[in-house]
Amino acid sequence: MAEYITFFFAAAIILVGALGVVTSRNPVHSALFLIQTLIGVAVLFVIEDAHFLAAVQVVVYAGAIVILFLFVIMLLGVDKAEDLGVEPIGGQKPLAAIVGASLLAGAFTIVLIATNGATGGSEVSSSEHALDNQYSDIERIGRVLFTDYLVAFQLTAALLTIGVIGAVVLTRTVKSDDRMDDLEPVAMDELPSLAPAGANDEHHADTADEEADA
Amino acid sequence: MILADLVLTTPYYLVLSALMFAIGGVGLLIRRNPLVMFMCVELMLNAVNVSFVAFGADLNDVGGQISVFFVLVVAAVEVVVGLALVVAINRRRADATADDVSLLRG
Repeated sequence: MAEYITFFFAAAIILVGALGVVTSRNPVHSALFLIQTLIGVAVLFVIEDAHFLAAVQVVVYAGAIVILFLFVIMLLGVDKAEDLGVEPIGGQKPLAAIVGASLLAGAFTIVLIATNGATGGSEVSSSEHALDNQYSDIERIGRVLFTDYLVAFQLTAALLTIGVIGAVVLTRTVKSDDRMDDLEPVAMDELPSLAPAGANDEHHADTADEEADA
Repeated sequence: MILADLVLTTPYYLVLSALMFAIGGVGLLIRRNPLVMFMCVELMLNAVNVSFVAFGADLNDVGGQISVFFVLVVAAVEVVVGLALVVAINRRRADATADDVSLLRG
């Protein structure tokens, strides 16, 4: 009962946010609507007892990914309203509506026709995978992630490294005036003296030695 | 009381997930700002995450939540690389939209 009401509140928040992302003229508003949707999804995860994912959803998605979006919007200075009426490709919106309606119809068909919750499966999981075993949510995920899914987990580490390197390579700029072979040679005696002007006695002695060496 | 009999079952989540996925897909097709297009991709990924967790709860298996974990990682990498591409394109042409990338055709 309480779950039921919470679900419909969360669903309303999610759908309003999703429509806001698509219809906002300003990209900043789209990003803020996206945060609304993501937090609604986090509420759904809490209803389904996936508490670890709810926390990760808020921290990683709403906290990191959307902030990255906002950062790039501000960096590029595209935070101004966009004219949604412009249609360079003729008939784009009607075609998109048809594609969207087909997606929805296909998904609804699967949901409504299929039995067994559309997976066609039954409970076959081992006790380690079962959601009703003695472990807490985060402990259960940890046990399965670091045993059965260990290779996939390590591949995500490689993927993250590749992503970071790729981002750096893509946005790197090579300035021609930083290159060493573009520098004009400078005569050594034109350089200013490195010795401090009003040095104390120790430094004075050192510079005197150096002058004697020269 | 009729409301007390209502139980939240998997199809509720799947219908919501389908709606989110369709909204995200339509947004991806009609918007021309590459940043908003990426946000629509995030919407679609989240729709899939909702259905993964619902299926996992349905089958009494933590595998659904593990899948969401991996989708999250891939989504983060996708955003990082995608936004790097947007920045790189915008450096050449300010106010670039998705249509302007057709210049790559040569």
